[in-house]
Amino acid sequence: MPSVIRCQDLVKTYEGRPPVEAVRGLDLEVVEGECFGLLGPNGAGKTTTIEIMEGLLAPTSGTVEVLGRQWGREDDAIRQRIGISFQETKLSEKLSVRETLDLFRSFYKQSSDPAQVMEQVELTEKAKTWVGKLSGGQKQRLAVACALVGDPELLFLDEPTTGLDPKSRRQLWEIIRNYRQRGRTVLLTTHYLDEAERLCDQVAIVDRGKVIAKGTPRELIVSLGGEHVIEFTLGDGSNGAGDGLAGDLDLFSRLPTVQSVHMDHGRICLSVGEPHRTLPALLNTLESQHWPLSSLSTRHASLEDVFVKLAGRHLDDDEAPTA
Amino acid sequence: MTVAETPPSSQTFEAAPEPRRRFVERPMAQLVLARLREFFREPEAVFWVYVFPILMIVGLGIAFRNQPAEHVIVDVQSGPQSEAIAKALSADSRFQVKTCDADECRLRLRTGKTQLVVSAVGSPVTYQYQFDPSRPENVVARESVNGALQQAAGRVDPVKSSEKLFTETGGRYVDFLVPGLLGMSLMGGGLWGVGFATVDMRIRKLLKRFLATPMRKGDFLSAIMLSRMLCMIPEVLVLLLFARYAFGVNYYGSYAALLFLIVLGATMFSGLGLLVASRAKTLEAVSGLMNAVMLPMWMLSGIFFTSDRFPAVAQPVIQLLPLTPLINALRSVMLEGSSLASQSGQIAIMGVWSAVSFAVALRIFRWQ
Repeated sequence: MPSVIRCQDLVKTYEGRPPVEAVRGLDLEVVEGECFGLLGPNGAGKTTTIEIMEGLLAPTSGTVEVLGRQWGREDDAIRQRIGISFQETKLSEKLSVRETLDLFRSFYKQSSDPAQVMEQVELTEKAKTWVGKLSGGQKQRLAVACALVGDPELLFLDEPTTGLDPKSRRQLWEIIRNYRQRGRTVLLTTHYLDEAERLCDQVAIVDRGKVIAKGTPRELIVSLGGEHVIEFTLGDGSNGAGDGLAGDLDLFSRLPTVQSVHMDHGRICLSVGEPHRTLPALLNTLESQHWPLSSLSTRHASLEDVFVKLAGRHLDDDEAPTA
Repeated sequence: MTVAETPPSSQTFEAAPEPRRRFVERPMAQLVLARLREFFREPEAVFWVYVFPILMIVGLGIAFRNQPAEHVIVDVQSGPQSEAIAKALSADSRFQVKTCDADECRLRLRTGKTQLVVSAVGSPVTYQYQFDPSRPENVVARESVNGALQQAAGRVDPVKSSEKLFTETGGRYVDFLVPGLLGMSLMGGGLWGVGFATVDMRIRKLLKRFLATPMRKGDFLSAIMLSRMLCMIPEVLVLLLFARYAFGVNYYGSYAALLFLIVLGATMFSGLGLLVASRAKTLEAVSGLMNAVMLPMWMLSGIFFTSDRFPAVAQPVIQLLPLTPLINALRSVMLEGSSLASQSGQIAIMGVWSAVSFAVALRIFRWQ
């Protein structure tokens, strides 16, 4: 598969006091036909990275190649073939959906029929409605439609479903899947795990301006060692009970198929390969130690667990981890 | 990194010829259409741009309308002969006469309720006139009252005089005002129409969004200018037609010269609007800048009264402000029927402003 985007050792430092190192040496490669997700918490440098790839920001150092071309030399040739949707663009409120698409279409040499694009994003009925009268989800679909109307080979989507209700999110996912079925490439950023898991073939987990893990969602989860997670709390469920046990975590790691153990907000989390073998042993141990169980759950491991393991905190934690 | 490893799909793109497009499908046409739609779908903007200048003409035209000379208000100070004086003046319909005592007369004079106080003093009798020499109407009152009293006392004019009334328009305040308002409207429309809209698009990240497409920057800036020109046509027509038919304002110059000055003025102020908007990141910032640019011209450039009234020291600066040459040239052409050639100095100043503001704006324009 030919590569569509290639970044090498990308660095972006914003001047100031102190200077902000938004991207600190980032490499990635996106191949044709895949949906590539940059997953990371807010402020990880995802938007800076995607804007460098879109040719809207110049990197402090490093190289970017998009569709085999470089920004600064063949900008128009690249722009003709990519579609971009920002995290936030306020399109003109007084223009109708159709008028907005006609406007964006005029910029491209090759373009799709706006009627067809409206069909794809389910806005045909709203063709004559002013943008100002659309709901949040409809506006976001129109933003994606503006990216699609140039019939792009590569689609950049920055946080495409942030702030949308569940139904609108599913509609957008469907639009992205349909676009991909035509063999086209998508690069998106997201801080939603479910979005990355459901939509992306390849995920790069970004934290503090660096890629800390890369692979298919499945590979990343498997890399945890166990694909299942058992979480439980002891005693009355207060943090104190859990903290008291810190020294005994070692005890749990010796249970069958347990790959790793960590504490998370007072819960004890076991990463396990085969929960049906771990659970009976766990319950036996608790009983023999006279530790009362106050809650217990099992679930499949997710990309969140991957992030927690690598970054030492949750995706939606704003604070940097202690130590 | 090599450029050699180009994905195969790019070849199809390279080979594709630019499709033939209908005029309205071209970027310039679409951008202009979008701007016009945005403007005309905003009722407040339309109101301010089109209705405001008309309200201004109506208000000022009525306040300063030329009327047949009003009554001369004259007070006769009670005392010897006051009755005789009052009687003599009352016989002339031009005068509105009131008799009061010295204190009241002085008060009425000071507060502008009367224009002249007459009293008879001494022996032989002398008519004494009290008035404020800095008020033109007082001076007029003194002359006409004195004439009437002297005639009543038996003066005979050595030469007979007759009157022929002149009613041609062109010298009234409203005639003077229309070119001023036209210039003001071109200034406001250009600065607000271009400047505000541009900054608004920058704030909404629409400029950045356009930058992310293959749109040519030149197309965008030209479209902003062109749409401003198109918005200006009805604006100017409304103003000129209203002045013509509601106030009977006559235009003495050629329409071609007028059109040339209007287009030049609109171009100049669109350029200034672009310049003012080229860096501003908030609407507050651009509003402040806009007012700072316009305020001196509102006061100094001769919209409501001629700029000659300001002291000679300030004239070199005033004459170089963008609005001054526009209004001067408009007045000459509209009221005096001057040729464009006679206005070449004013035209040159405007040309320099247009060129400089565009060149600088394009250089420092911030897209995101």
